[in-house]
Amino acid sequence: MWRPSLAVAAILLAGAAQAQQQPAKISDEVVKLGILNDQSGTYADLAGPGSVAAARMAVEDFGGTVLGKPIQVVFADHQNKPDVGSSIVNRWIDVEQVDAVIDVPTSSVALAVQEITRNKNRVHLNSTGGTSDLTGKACSPTAVHWTYDTYALANGTGTAMVKAGGDSWFFLTADYAFGHALEQDTANAVKKAGGTVVGAVRHPFPNNDFSSFLLQAQASGAKVIGLANAGADTINAIKQAREFGVVQAGQQLAGLLVFLSDVHALGLDTTQGLTLTTGWYWDRDERSREWAKRFAERMNGRMPTMVQAGVYSAITHYLNAIKAAGTDEAKTVVAQMKKMPVNDFFAQNGKIREDGRMVHDMFLVQVKKPEESKGPWDYYKVVRTIPGDEAFRPMNQGNCPLVQQAEAQPAPR
Amino acid sequence: MFELIGVPPQALFGQLLLGLINGAFYAVLSLGLALIFGLLNIINFTHGAQYMMGAFAAWLLLNLAGLGYWPALLLAPVIVGLTGVLIERFLLKRLRGLDPLYGLLLTFGLALIVEGAFRQVYGVSGLAYPVPPSLAGGVNLGFMFLPLYRGWVVLASIVACLVTWAVIERTRLGATLRAATENPALVQAFGVNVPRLVTLTYGFGVALAAFAGVLAAPIYSVHPLMGANLIIVVFAVVVIGGMGSILGSVLTGFGLGVVEGLTKVFWPEASNTVIFVIMAIVLLIKPAGLFGRAT
Amino acid sequence: MMASGVRVAAAVGVLAALLLAPFAIYPVFLMKALCFALFASAFNLLIGYVGLLSFGHAAFFGFSAYVAGHAAKVWGWPPEAALLAATLVAAVMGVVFGALAIRRQGIYFAMVTLALAQMIFFLSLQAGFTGGEDGIQAIPRGVLLGVFDLGKPLVMYYFVLAVFLLGFLIIWRTINSPFGSVLKAIRENEPRAVSLGYRVDRYKLLAFVLSATLSGLAGGMKALVFQLASLTDVHWHASGEVVLMTLLGGLGTVLGPAVGAVLIVGIQNYLAALGAWVTIVQGVVFVVVVLLFRRGIVGELLARRRKGV
Repeated sequence: MWRPSLAVAAILLAGAAQAQQQPAKISDEVVKLGILNDQSGTYADLAGPGSVAAARMAVEDFGGTVLGKPIQVVFADHQNKPDVGSSIVNRWIDVEQVDAVIDVPTSSVALAVQEITRNKNRVHLNSTGGTSDLTGKACSPTAVHWTYDTYALANGTGTAMVKAGGDSWFFLTADYAFGHALEQDTANAVKKAGGTVVGAVRHPFPNNDFSSFLLQAQASGAKVIGLANAGADTINAIKQAREFGVVQAGQQLAGLLVFLSDVHALGLDTTQGLTLTTGWYWDRDERSREWAKRFAERMNGRMPTMVQAGVYSAITHYLNAIKAAGTDEAKTVVAQMKKMPVNDFFAQNGKIREDGRMVHDMFLVQVKKPEESKGPWDYYKVVRTIPGDEAFRPMNQGNCPLVQQAEAQPAPR
Repeated sequence: MFELIGVPPQALFGQLLLGLINGAFYAVLSLGLALIFGLLNIINFTHGAQYMMGAFAAWLLLNLAGLGYWPALLLAPVIVGLTGVLIERFLLKRLRGLDPLYGLLLTFGLALIVEGAFRQVYGVSGLAYPVPPSLAGGVNLGFMFLPLYRGWVVLASIVACLVTWAVIERTRLGATLRAATENPALVQAFGVNVPRLVTLTYGFGVALAAFAGVLAAPIYSVHPLMGANLIIVVFAVVVIGGMGSILGSVLTGFGLGVVEGLTKVFWPEASNTVIFVIMAIVLLIKPAGLFGRAT
Repeated sequence: MMASGVRVAAAVGVLAALLLAPFAIYPVFLMKALCFALFASAFNLLIGYVGLLSFGHAAFFGFSAYVAGHAAKVWGWPPEAALLAATLVAAVMGVVFGALAIRRQGIYFAMVTLALAQMIFFLSLQAGFTGGEDGIQAIPRGVLLGVFDLGKPLVMYYFVLAVFLLGFLIIWRTINSPFGSVLKAIRENEPRAVSLGYRVDRYKLLAFVLSATLSGLAGGMKALVFQLASLTDVHWHASGEVVLMTLLGGLGTVLGPAVGAVLIVGIQNYLAALGAWVTIVQGVVFVVVVLLFRRGIVGELLARRRKGV
């Protein structure tokens, strides 16, 4: 009984698939942007609803249409679960005609989305995901990694702090792949800049109490304590370092993955003196301030984080590329994006490399003392601008299959 | 100076002390669990959420009512304890006489609701709660710098545990409570209002969790999920100690805190799992737990 | 009592609906629901028929997903071999966990399984082969028995359906065997079963291992469906979810857990955009079911029919 219907349906499906492959200027008469992030969990304040607001701003500022077709924004919460995220993206692409998946924090979800968008030929504009694998071994011709990656943060902070005299390091490392990678990248940068690593302690993840590990760090006598962890772990470590007088005793804390929202949550009293690397800061110049102010008006006064600004910037660039290319076909659009430089409030002379990395200047910042801060959200002073080519991992070291054939030369060192 | 397996003895003292501080939280939380279990025969899965509510209550009292740490230390447990009374009166009471597993499931559901609601309202970046000015700073003990507040945590926990123990072992009310644990029907027949006793006990156990939450607020960030993982560790502590005795659960709590602290020095990667490993070993050797009566 | 003819007709109807479902409903959703339906049914074997509440079944489900993923991706095993490996590992874990946990009963049993599962969670987080937070990504579905290309959604669906039916059949046979009768006797009155000469601990352990094994099969299958294995499935939330599914559908009913699984997966699907509300709604469902209809949906329906007819 079911066999004929199965066959009929299969034919219908095949037909539908073929129809989709017909070259069309704008598929389905609409450009649909899917913001996939964490609306309520660990990364909600960092990206979350703020990223959706940034996306809506980008679409409104663009005029709401591209090539005469409307632009729509949808969003969903992946709850930091890769299976939930992958179900949503599959449905978005198969049923709801989403053209680009945007934001995507949490490396496990980001990597899953990278696979789906590659296989189904849709665009993936990642702003909040941290893993450098997105432009390394998992790179994709339809994906762009916009704002930062863990390599850039580790490398930027490691190099710059050694240059500023912090030449002996001790790491508090979250004991899982992500923490290890962060420690490794930073240690390499520290050694390359002439510093030494005197020790490291691997703490369980997640971990509430850091006192024991901080005591070990203190005993090591290192000038800098590198926090190779993220989120609540970093927050607790910073808070307890303050409590145990670690900074007052002369050691410096280096946050390897700290965001403006974390500093806001902890307060300046606790975080003062912390050094970190960021891809963007709202109070840097006139243009960034102007945009940040508009953003804050929508978000109850919350200033944007670097990744929320990145979402706006990436979408605007994407829409411009559709306009220039005359189509929303994923590979063509991303190729077009790579041809155009990025010049906006977010990046000056940013460029997208072959492996999908958007290369732009990063900033080494130090958290202000409470008395230095002139008002709410006045948190950072920029210590150094790190030129993009210095900040990000050289393309030939990432093992991205898209560039390996082109650059057959051996990696330096 | 000699070293013990590569660790100087001073450092070891410091770590022992830190272990005791963590043990203080385990002790207060497992004490509350044991009290509730003794009389209600249910495992209160909401305990972790109630610990979190204690910390949030302190934060809210500070930010909405301007009440500082010391009033909060008293008020937060009372407020959260009252929510516990309501839970017992309107929900748990309906499960009397049923398989105790239903109590576990009900409190698990409540934990999901409470933690979800706090997440929805306060996000998960965590909120900062300052150390009270009178306990700011610390003393140099020679082998380590001890923040005064941490010392206070141990002291306050020990006092809370001792007072609870004294009330139960040395007062008339405690005697009634112990009798009701053994044979509720008989105690009821003697004219004691057992249902009210049950409600108050649940409220008190919950208040203890909230008390621990207030103690934790200045150390850890106030966070909707701060109790979610902790409660599982406390369950393991309770299994190890057995829930037969008040003193037993307190001692196990402090002891395991110290063991965990030492693990952080010698094998930091294992410090998350060491309590579970001990639990497995205890189950093999003494299934009823260290201080438990055979069931 | 239903006449056997009606029963057969009902079974055929359900089967036909399952076969035609992917044409009406999004197949990925269906496959997810089937994985969880098998997981919940396996879980129910323990709570429903032995009366043991495990709060650590995520360990079997989630860890087996890693095993299947690793075997398929790194070792390049075909899907049937990867699933078999996942199932076997779950069985071994079941023996170890079971031997420890059945030393305690009731609430203690729940806490012990929870604590043991938490160990597996930390192991999965730290062990290299699981990929930590990233999980194992891009797991190939492969070619089943060298013939069927599971990369095609429909082929994959029918494969998942077949595995589900196989697992379900095993559970159904177990419940209706003499072994199942002994389990029920233990649940009703353990001392009596002991005095009748049954070695109760052996029966409990065997039921535990069977439940763990089938949970592992479900977990391995989920890894192939989503082509990823991650920490989500080893987390204690997953243990709580499977309890909820089973409770909602009906403890100790044959079809209940599967019904509960479909409902919960559906809720998650439709509330996905609402974040923390998913947790809140799940909590509310828990409370409502425990307070108002402890028999679950299917259990309640059966009870009504019994009363009515």
